[in-house]
Amino acid sequence: MEIKAKIIDDEGLQRTVTRLTHEILEKNKGSKNLIIIGMRTRGEFLANRIHEKIKEIDNIDLNLGFLDVTLYRDDFRTRLKQPEVSITDITFDVTEKDIILIDDVLYTGRTVRAALDALMDLGRPNTIQLCVLVDRGHREMPIKADFVGKNIPTSINEEVKVKLKEIDGEDAVYLVDSSKV
Amino acid sequence: MREKNISLSSRHLLGLQGVPREDIQLLLDTATTFREVLERPIKKVPTLQGKTIVNLFYENSTRTRISFELAQKRLSADTVNFSTSTSSTKKGETFKDTVRNIEAMKVDMIVVRHESAGVPLYLTKISKANIINAGDGLHEHPTQGLLDMYSIREKLGTLEGLKVCIVGDIGHSRVALSNIHGLLTMGAKVSVCGPLTMIPVGIENLGVKIYTDINKAIAENDVLNVLRIQLERNAGQSIPSTREYHNYFGVTSERIEKNNKNILILHPGPINRGVEITSEVADGPYQVILDQVTNGVAIRMAVLYLLGTMH
Repeated sequence: MEIKAKIIDDEGLQRTVTRLTHEILEKNKGSKNLIIIGMRTRGEFLANRIHEKIKEIDNIDLNLGFLDVTLYRDDFRTRLKQPEVSITDITFDVTEKDIILIDDVLYTGRTVRAALDALMDLGRPNTIQLCVLVDRGHREMPIKADFVGKNIPTSINEEVKVKLKEIDGEDAVYLVDSSKV
Repeated sequence: MREKNISLSSRHLLGLQGVPREDIQLLLDTATTFREVLERPIKKVPTLQGKTIVNLFYENSTRTRISFELAQKRLSADTVNFSTSTSSTKKGETFKDTVRNIEAMKVDMIVVRHESAGVPLYLTKISKANIINAGDGLHEHPTQGLLDMYSIREKLGTLEGLKVCIVGDIGHSRVALSNIHGLLTMGAKVSVCGPLTMIPVGIENLGVKIYTDINKAIAENDVLNVLRIQLERNAGQSIPSTREYHNYFGVTSERIEKNNKNILILHPGPINRGVEITSEVADGPYQVILDQVTNGVAIRMAVLYLLGTMH
């Protein structure tokens, strides 16, 4: 895989997360009824960061959970690899809450579709709002993000790689060419 | 990208003998995920939608059958139950014909319990479905072995180096054999305890220690897996009476208090209260008997998931 461009650098990523946090608070007129849910794997770390930021800004410790959508995927029959399941960790009630669902990259929309189904099995939230770091287009489902860090128009042969310090050792977003292995 | 390529090495679960450590590890880890699903208000995920599973039970069962059926329903599979008492077996149909006919109705997985050892293996040769052994004769009961290991790991954190003693009618127990194979693979030290008439000759060749003194077994082990005295399998021929068995090998709170208060007690059920274990122990603070039942559903979900989504 060949790196074509570094789209967001370390500093840019911090700014983007800060801006997204403010947008979330602005749209919801504060943080009163919010809960934060990160989608495994990288959405989990972004959720942690946004949760921290809200704590700094509003001095409130919101409920924070993590969602694994493996069991809700629609591609078990077509994939060659068997995906690993990890634990969904949402120990609080989501009913009547405003859920901020956080993921790193929005692409086909299928993962978000699975996440919506998974969340509905946990209760009846008031709203579910989607927050992504990168929207790269090519949707296959009628899904749109409420908060977007950066729109990156891509071709199908490209891939967006989000790197986060917690697992990758750096904060950055790269555009890579997936046709050249 | 984010998915690791992790699958079981076999498309059937016939026993725990020869199952590699990584497979057992994967099954136990996957079961942890499903334990979480069981705690939700809606205890159902759509993962096996459209898969058809037949439960082929040629022998009576409460726990295992209900546990498998619940596991299947919680994964959204379609299930059909078969039991000999209401089937054409009564009309004289052979096992092979029954299976061929069921297979012709397009099933994806078969869960089988049978009084003869080796039936699940035979099924893999006449059917294309994934086969799961739910107990075959005196051979193995792998999902019970897995849920016992899961329950031990849940309580004590690890299996590696733990000392586990299986007490009772080892010779007539498929649970014992699955436990022995699985636990040894996972690095536990396994022993058996019971009257020598109930302990198969040569069992030490598997790497298993033999106790004939229950007090010593309690004192020297971390976990006791107490088996039922199976009178329907002629256990009576090995012991003079259940009372005498209880006097010599019964797990009582006096024996636990005297020898090892920290021991963990497992029992696969059904319990003969007052024979292999007293009510005091079976309902007391040392045991995880009902946890085993809950974990059983999670383990079976893990088995069905990993086999059912395999390519």
